Amino acid sequence: MRYKLVELEPFQPEETQRKIDETHGLHPDDQYLKPGRIPHIWCPGCGLGIVLSAFIKGLDSTEIPIDNCAVVSGIGCTGRVAGYLNMDTYHTTHGRAIPFATGLKLAKPEMQVVVFSGDGDLFAIGGNHLIHAARRNMDLTVICVNNFNYGMTGGQAGPTTHMGAKTVTTPYGNCEYPFNLTHLAYASGAVYVARWTSFHARYLIESIQKCFAKKGFKFIEVLTPCPTGYGRPNRLGSGLDQMKVYRDNSEIRNHINPMEADSELRGPIVVGEFVDEEKPTFLDRYEEGVLSKARSG
Amino acid sequence: MSKDRDVLTGVHFLNGDDAIAEGALAAGCRFFAGYPITPATEIAERMAKRLPEVSGVYIQMEDEIASMAAVLGASWGGNKSMTATSGPGFSLMMENIGLGMMMETPCVVVNIMRGGPSTGLPTLVGQGDVMQARWGSHGDYGVIALTPSSPQEAFDMTIEAFSLSERYRIPVIVLSDELIGHMYERVVIPEKKFLPRIRRRKPRKAPSEHLPFQGGEDLVPPMACAGEGYRLHVTGLTHDEKGYPVISAEAQERLVRRLCDKIRKHAAEIIRIEEEGTEDAEIIVVAYGCVARSARESVNMARKSGRRVGFLRLLTVWPFPEERIRELAANGVKGFVVPEVNYGQIAGEVERCAVGRDVLMVGLMGGAVHTPEIILEAIEEMA
Repeated sequence: MRYKLVELEPFQPEETQRKIDETHGLHPDDQYLKPGRIPHIWCPGCGLGIVLSAFIKGLDSTEIPIDNCAVVSGIGCTGRVAGYLNMDTYHTTHGRAIPFATGLKLAKPEMQVVVFSGDGDLFAIGGNHLIHAARRNMDLTVICVNNFNYGMTGGQAGPTTHMGAKTVTTPYGNCEYPFNLTHLAYASGAVYVARWTSFHARYLIESIQKCFAKKGFKFIEVLTPCPTGYGRPNRLGSGLDQMKVYRDNSEIRNHINPMEADSELRGPIVVGEFVDEEKPTFLDRYEEGVLSKARSG
Repeated sequence: MSKDRDVLTGVHFLNGDDAIAEGALAAGCRFFAGYPITPATEIAERMAKRLPEVSGVYIQMEDEIASMAAVLGASWGGNKSMTATSGPGFSLMMENIGLGMMMETPCVVVNIMRGGPSTGLPTLVGQGDVMQARWGSHGDYGVIALTPSSPQEAFDMTIEAFSLSERYRIPVIVLSDELIGHMYERVVIPEKKFLPRIRRRKPRKAPSEHLPFQGGEDLVPPMACAGEGYRLHVTGLTHDEKGYPVISAEAQERLVRRLCDKIRKHAAEIIRIEEEGTEDAEIIVVAYGCVARSARESVNMARKSGRRVGFLRLLTVWPFPEERIRELAANGVKGFVVPEVNYGQIAGEVERCAVGRDVLMVGLMGGAVHTPEIILEAIEEMA
């Protein structure tokens, strides 16, 4: 027998750290992360890393140059996504990512503008902006990471908290009805609506790819575990336990009316690509119905 | 055609609101986001008609919060951008004006002041937002606010507001009022070649070496916009020179001090005042905006009757001309008469600087502006 033995270079922690600081990191996808920004602030078991990774993979599979893509986020755990991505990123005020992104998109129509934010940011304080951007069919991709509570501030109830669920501000159980985000986005005019969980990473990547190829107001809801803020008071176990709930209790139903897409605390959770329609965007209409008339007038 | 329509060179009969819209277009503004509100709506209406003529974007947002956010977004997209509102909308904009200060985003915010607080007097004049313009958003930051006294000045000052915003990278406030906004007067729009068109400084360094929030000697960093390859992270959190969030007292000290100092240290360049007869004056009338018109007349009346009265008009209320007021106070002025349509917002600033001198605030709470006689009476009371 012939042997070919390879001498391994000794591990050089300083050199590795230098690479992480200066050249992003060691994984091929790390080129999409800003140098020196990792480790992130998210808790163990959080689903945000999966969603971020899916976004990177989705973007990487397209031909879109990284400098042609901007990410805008609001405030909260998901709001921190912008700070980790190695592209033009804007971390705005609470709830205002969508109107900021609207201005950016209108000033730079050739850029892909993605809004990355949480359920509280997009649907409570920013709810009005979301429905109006959808109504205008503003050419934006909105990725809403829904963990059913305000994680950053320590697990308070929000507009998606399940009826009866416990949080630090609903110690007796939540007595409010939650929003069905996909239904609201669709009713407001979104041309693409999908819901996945952090368990459905492959489907999520496909949805993100589709959004990059599609014009108009595109909305993806991603249900994620928040073991620290939401899992603990509701005895949902670890992040892994919640991933098992997503695996065992979710049902893929594509092309249904989002109105029928339930998502209960312990299931059933309906996921899928619910809506995929074509409609001229705000800028299409502005070009056709306003600019052309103003120029000829 | 689109290129020539942005500066309507010639003599016009315009109200202040329309003049502001034309000033914005002449300054190169190509994005307007707003929400209807009396008495600023005419600006939005004119922008809705005019911006498409120059291939710009007009968008009516769902509220003033969104309008201000969109203006910031458009500025980061490389456009000169503007919004216009009045008191209630100005209150809503405060949140993202703060974001604009923190992100160092050039843009122009017009506030056509009406009587407040709350819904107040939608159709009538006020000057009660002077302190809100200075301190309205939480935290500390430097501010520039311009106060035109005529439609012509509304036009000129809107251009100046864009120049200052691009120069210092902050939202600059055009703090006009209902009276000037709705007043029709002759407005001369010069030829385009005579108008300043200042653009934000671009970074010279390569993206890998550029520190987007390093002020340098000037304290104003050059600005790379979206899509230019710099891959910036721009955040409302306290950040370091790279733009990365740093939650520490040291980072806060460096950043916030610079945000304040970039205006403080350039105050002499920014401040614009107009003086008449202040050299030998015993009494000085300090006024701005609509009130300056009647104040000037009252000063003329007083001088005709032999009183040594001077007139100091603020064209910029912020930064406040502290040095000049101190000088005048030290030069033996007996006192200052400060008429304004509020309960003493600028009078308090004058008093702060005019230590030991008499300061007489002549207040109207809104809805009407002082007649020259009212101010003359105050001058005589002090004399």
